[in-house]
Amino acid sequence: MNSLPATSYLNTPRGIKSWLLTLDHKRIAILYLFSIMTMFLVGGIFAMLIRIELLSPHKVIMTAETYNKVFTLHGAIMIFMFIIPSIPAIMGNFVLPLMIGAKDVAFPRLNLASWYIYIIGTAIALYSIIHGAVDTGWTFYTPYSTTTSTAVIPMTFGVFVIGFSSIFTGLNFIVTIHKLRAPGMTWFKMPLMVWALYATAIIQVLATPVLGITLVLLIVERVAGIGIFDPAMGGDPVLYQHFFWFYSHPAVYIMILPGMGIISELVSVFSQKKIFGYRMIAYSSLGIAFLSFLVWGHHMFVSGQSQLSSMIFSFLTFFVGIPSGIKMFNWISTMYKGSISLKTPMLYTLSFLFLFAIGGFTGIFLGTLPVDVHLHDTYFVVAHFHYVMMGGTVMAFLGGLHYWWPKMWGRMYSEFWGRISAALIFIGFNITFFTQFILGSQGMPRRYYSYLPQYQPYHAFSSFGSWIIGLGFIIMAVYLIHAIFKGKPAGDNPWGALTFEWTLPSPPPTENFAEVPAVEHGPYDFDKIVPKRTFVES
Amino acid sequence: MSQSTEHPAYLQHHFSDAEQQRESVKLGMWIFLVTEILLFGGLFCAYSIYRAWNPDIFFNAHRFMNIELGTTNTCVLIISSLTIALAIRAIQLGKKNQTLVYLGSTFVLAGVFLVIKYFEYAHKFHEGMLPGKFYTFKGIAGTNPHVFFSMYFLMTGLHGIHVTVGMILIGWLMYRTKKGHFSSEYYTPVEMTGLYWHLVDIIWIFLFPLFYLVG
Repeated sequence: MNSLPATSYLNTPRGIKSWLLTLDHKRIAILYLFSIMTMFLVGGIFAMLIRIELLSPHKVIMTAETYNKVFTLHGAIMIFMFIIPSIPAIMGNFVLPLMIGAKDVAFPRLNLASWYIYIIGTAIALYSIIHGAVDTGWTFYTPYSTTTSTAVIPMTFGVFVIGFSSIFTGLNFIVTIHKLRAPGMTWFKMPLMVWALYATAIIQVLATPVLGITLVLLIVERVAGIGIFDPAMGGDPVLYQHFFWFYSHPAVYIMILPGMGIISELVSVFSQKKIFGYRMIAYSSLGIAFLSFLVWGHHMFVSGQSQLSSMIFSFLTFFVGIPSGIKMFNWISTMYKGSISLKTPMLYTLSFLFLFAIGGFTGIFLGTLPVDVHLHDTYFVVAHFHYVMMGGTVMAFLGGLHYWWPKMWGRMYSEFWGRISAALIFIGFNITFFTQFILGSQGMPRRYYSYLPQYQPYHAFSSFGSWIIGLGFIIMAVYLIHAIFKGKPAGDNPWGALTFEWTLPSPPPTENFAEVPAVEHGPYDFDKIVPKRTFVES
Repeated sequence: MSQSTEHPAYLQHHFSDAEQQRESVKLGMWIFLVTEILLFGGLFCAYSIYRAWNPDIFFNAHRFMNIELGTTNTCVLIISSLTIALAIRAIQLGKKNQTLVYLGSTFVLAGVFLVIKYFEYAHKFHEGMLPGKFYTFKGIAGTNPHVFFSMYFLMTGLHGIHVTVGMILIGWLMYRTKKGHFSSEYYTPVEMTGLYWHLVDIIWIFLFPLFYLVG
């Protein structure tokens, strides 16, 4: 029977002040965990309200004006306050230094500052709700965003501030990975999660400042009327779209790349087999990061950019399929003849592979010029990015959360309820969003409050699915929180993994490693070593 | 927690030695400078587009810029870059008083830059050469002459904020130098602020011809 270590980062030192002023990357990860999950809950509630309203083409619970605000808040909160920081700030902060054998990230104070900046930015953005919220959609497109009477300024300023939190996290990770690896931890001995975080950090650092200046321009345009996005004053609203997507398309890869890193870990550990094509997975992360900067125009096929640019952007978009495909095939090859155990994290991994494949392929449809003209701004697009963002990133996030939960808290959750909730979320997700592919291909436009009667059965079915997802998440919240207090001690290495974090006690001590750890094997050398699992389901 | 007894006071516990710390901070600073360039990059991009669309406006409007003051400010900033470089050299040699003199000169030069900028701005405000909807000046031919001044105030304004931040940083360095926090062993903050200050200088070197020397 396992027992918990007497002292760990969780209980030394004690007191609320020691948490709020902590420089320990693990504690900062926990601070991020609770704040980001709170935003996930808020964004999720807005999603539920959207689906309830769409049960009927007429008013169900809210007016059209309120509906516009609710879908904007859902999008803005989920994108800027949940999904962008989720994996890097929670899992990255927690495991990155552990995985490379470091005592902390390179700049612990900057790390804590990034959390406070996140909190301040989120508070400013949410302040917009009491000032009438925002009804522009999460993209804040001009000219509507410069003319609407709703509270665009606090929302965009909040997002601007949160951007610095993202930049600081990225900067911290790049330096940590370059300079703080344990001796012997060469680039190609790093776990693939670290590679993915590295590629993510590069995009965060290069793209986020451009979003920052774009939002500054938008705010100045509203406050001072400089006319930079106003055609009547010699400006151009399409310039806003270029600026916005120059950040926001790479941001899509900020969201998915760390998820791919988690999947690389999970697929190898839960197949107890060496990862297939390590180098290609590592390079493909960098390849995706590079390509992410060259495809922003595929959001603007019908915005009036030149046909030539549309063709070039469409062509370049197809290239993204190559590194993504490399990863998919490598993961599947890793599982081939592996000893697969279908624990909760692996269920999420399989969900990811299945759903991300659909999300990725429909992305290729949408990147094709003539198809996009038909599908643009329909529910097909909504379904596509939910398959990538929720079916991809959120599934990977949940897989990682279940995988590292026993390391974070030292205690194991209920495997039974874990599987139930994974199944509910997977089924509910497909009911909700596959239906939307059909709706979109039949012409249902996104962001509409009302619709033609022939769409109602689909909308009702989709809303029904959202309740199943909601039920899955409620169950998950209950058993995960229960595990923090009452779960069985998990031991150092409950899954039989080979990366550094599993050599430490669960939960780890404050200083991580008493001695600088020695690299004795690769992160996935399951062909040479059979690790002992410290946790067996009774 | 950490056994930092044999460590010098400036060395943080998670670095194994001073060299690793210095290298890390330097890399972090360079990455930060890249983000700064991208931040300004958005504005430079907007500038290029609007200048390409309105070449006549930019040409006509730039005649109302005060080239003498602009040139003076360029010289002031270049000299301040020199003085901060000399400050780094002085602290590398452990000369505390010399460091203070050079940091002080940089601080004063930055102040001179802002004062000159204030007079330029005040003149433009007075004449109504203001951005966007506040533009009231009548002396420039062509449609939408305010575009030039929108870009001018945005870009020099953001640059001015960076100069102000630089002054705060240099003031903080002077305080710490006086307290004896830096030595020939440890002067990383001085070096990093120097890098930042050079960036501020370089951005101005691009802004100067783009607004004052059109055509």
